[in-house]
Amino acid sequence: MSWLDVLTGAFEQGIGPTAVYFCLAAIGLNIHFGYTGLLNFGQAAFMMVAAYCLSSFVSTWDINFWIGIITGLGAAAVLALLMGVPTLRLRADYLAIVTIAGAEAIRQILGAASLSEYFGGQTGRSGFVTTYQSLNPFDSSIGISIGSFEVNWRPYDFFVMLTGWSLVVICSVVIFLLARSPWGRVLKAIREDEDAVRSLGKNVYSYKMQALMIGGLIGALAGFMSAFASASTAPSDFATDTTFFAWTILLLGGAARVLGPIAGTIIFWFFISGLELFFIKATLPGEEIIPESIMDPNQASLVRLIVLGLVLMLLMIYRPQGIFGDRRELAIDGR
Amino acid sequence: MRQHAIRAVGLLAVVVGAGWASIGSASATTAPYQDDKVHIVGGLEDTRTDPPTPVAGVLIQVYDEQDELVGEDRSNAKGRFDIPLPGTSIDVLGNSYRVVLDDETLPEDSYLTDPDDVERTFDIKTDQNYAVNFDIGPDIFAEDPWYERTADLAVSGIVLGLLLALASLGLSLVFGTTGLTNFSHGELFSFGALAAYFFDSEFGTPLILAAIIAILLSAGLGWAQDAGLWRPLRRRGTGIIAMMIISIGLSLFLRNLYQYFIGPDPHNYSDYTAVEPWTIGPIEITPKDLAAALICAAVLVLVSIVVTRTRLGKATRAVADNPALAASSGINVDRVVTLVWVSGTALAGLGGIMFGLTQGFDYQVGYKVLLLMFAAVILGGLGTIWGVMAGSLIVGLAVEESALFVSAEFKYALALGVLIIVLLVRPQGLLGRRERIG
Repeated sequence: MSWLDVLTGAFEQGIGPTAVYFCLAAIGLNIHFGYTGLLNFGQAAFMMVAAYCLSSFVSTWDINFWIGIITGLGAAAVLALLMGVPTLRLRADYLAIVTIAGAEAIRQILGAASLSEYFGGQTGRSGFVTTYQSLNPFDSSIGISIGSFEVNWRPYDFFVMLTGWSLVVICSVVIFLLARSPWGRVLKAIREDEDAVRSLGKNVYSYKMQALMIGGLIGALAGFMSAFASASTAPSDFATDTTFFAWTILLLGGAARVLGPIAGTIIFWFFISGLELFFIKATLPGEEIIPESIMDPNQASLVRLIVLGLVLMLLMIYRPQGIFGDRRELAIDGR
Repeated sequence: MRQHAIRAVGLLAVVVGAGWASIGSASATTAPYQDDKVHIVGGLEDTRTDPPTPVAGVLIQVYDEQDELVGEDRSNAKGRFDIPLPGTSIDVLGNSYRVVLDDETLPEDSYLTDPDDVERTFDIKTDQNYAVNFDIGPDIFAEDPWYERTADLAVSGIVLGLLLALASLGLSLVFGTTGLTNFSHGELFSFGALAAYFFDSEFGTPLILAAIIAILLSAGLGWAQDAGLWRPLRRRGTGIIAMMIISIGLSLFLRNLYQYFIGPDPHNYSDYTAVEPWTIGPIEITPKDLAAALICAAVLVLVSIVVTRTRLGKATRAVADNPALAASSGINVDRVVTLVWVSGTALAGLGGIMFGLTQGFDYQVGYKVLLLMFAAVILGGLGTIWGVMAGSLIVGLAVEESALFVSAEFKYALALGVLIIVLLVRPQGLLGRRERIG
């Protein structure tokens, strides 16, 4: 096993196509949780409805790609309404319960065998990226090399990264402007003290709904990017883990910071990819470093999920403001 | 109802993908092939008799993507058919094939469950033989009149409801006493099922003994969790939202740790595997379902007596009702919270064992049930005891009876529907109080 392989592999993935969509998902969550204090435990649901709108429209019903994109965004907005209307007037836990349950229920519906002619069951849908692929201007692989440190991305992957990181920049600028606007200040005030905002005559419910929708729309963008990154949509791409990878990224970078999700993504994804690569290489049949009785290759792929849970817990216990956050601003302990 | 079914069972020469693993009981009878071709294999048998009688002479045809007939076979005296695809396994890899059953050739007394379900289309993705299965014979439900199906589903609904009640009590009481919505409660449910499985499979402990040990371990886990994690956090003044996120982290950690040790496959206990149901009047119930229901009911009655008659039980209700008021009237809130964690986890563990006994389990059984628990707890009223019991029975019945109208795959979505409607109409639940919710 070579440490350099692990390092370059981790770097490739740390800013690679997968990292990009998690970053977008975390930016959406930043509006929900960082600015408004909403507990959306089902960001994967927003990603899923958007990605499936696109994939099923194009590959099942043969409808135009761009109509699929627009409908996907619309579906995410409708989902925000569906989840927000019953819960946003209630205490924070109710949104959390409905979103986590909703994400799982939607995943089971989309993965259902009886609907597989529309959504492809557990295998999902593929073959819908041709329009997107035709926009790709790159035809040779693109990489960076400094001495023996060499990373390379396939042209398609690089195109996905370019699209994704551009979206990240655009969304971050929009959030930066929104957060400074009077509208953004109301959101932060709701996070700090809902009742105070209400007493000033603001319609808290409506503000929360707008925040849920905007964050959900960014979640939808994350869904599209996830569909592009793997050129397929499958129910397993949108499990609960997906939502909480995004949460961990957000909390690690620092909630309520524009650059928090970006920093969080690069650090966390570099770390978690390196960890996974290490354990996969360390358990490779024939050249094991860790004996198979302790860990086999299937178990090696679980390590990152176990670590995910641990990191999420430890972050919230010891450093809820993350790396760049401000503990005073984010009064997460205030309730 | 099940034993009346005539079914065609696809036999597997080689297991193709996890989804196929459960089909067919006689898979060992088909010898592996050595000719480097992909075979389409299967067997048709009539399961009304014991042992099942093969259904012979049924024509099965295979077509390729151009709709050309590439092979056919009739089921032989053993009910089996075997159609090699032309070319080597490399040639056929990635191709799509259509297998058609000619329903004209079915014997007089049998017909397809779904008359339109005569073909399967699939892609060859591996070089292994491909098993297909057609359901022939009357629809397993169509034979029973609707009221018998309703009654049968009501029985499974009550069993599920009692299980849910047991499992959700801890969730509701932890919320009532500490304000925490514990997203890792599902993993405590799994813990019971898995701990019992550990003793059952590793040491061959009789299930009853394994269950008792597992419940004690669950109680220990509940105590350790409170003492090692939640109590220090409460002392430190960690907010509820932060604690919820911590509980999610714990849930991910435990769930994946379970998978690390037992793998992704579903399991069953080695004891009480017989599934021959008893018929009591219009209903049918398997002995282990009945046993599980009786145990759950007995424990629920016991819990009810404890919380209404004993000092500690009354103190628990007082704390669940209003922790600050309870503390000011001299109740040791911390002791009550510890008690709630220990007993709530033990009850969840028992629920998990009973669920594992009746329906089998895997590493994420508790996470799947968590949605039903949330629906039950919110329907009954977060923080209540009686509400949870009522809510659980209603959710259990609703989820099982839904099989009358929709496919069982949508059970969990239906529970979510219940949850959303309750939140829209009566967010505090049946027995909850209004000031708690927002």
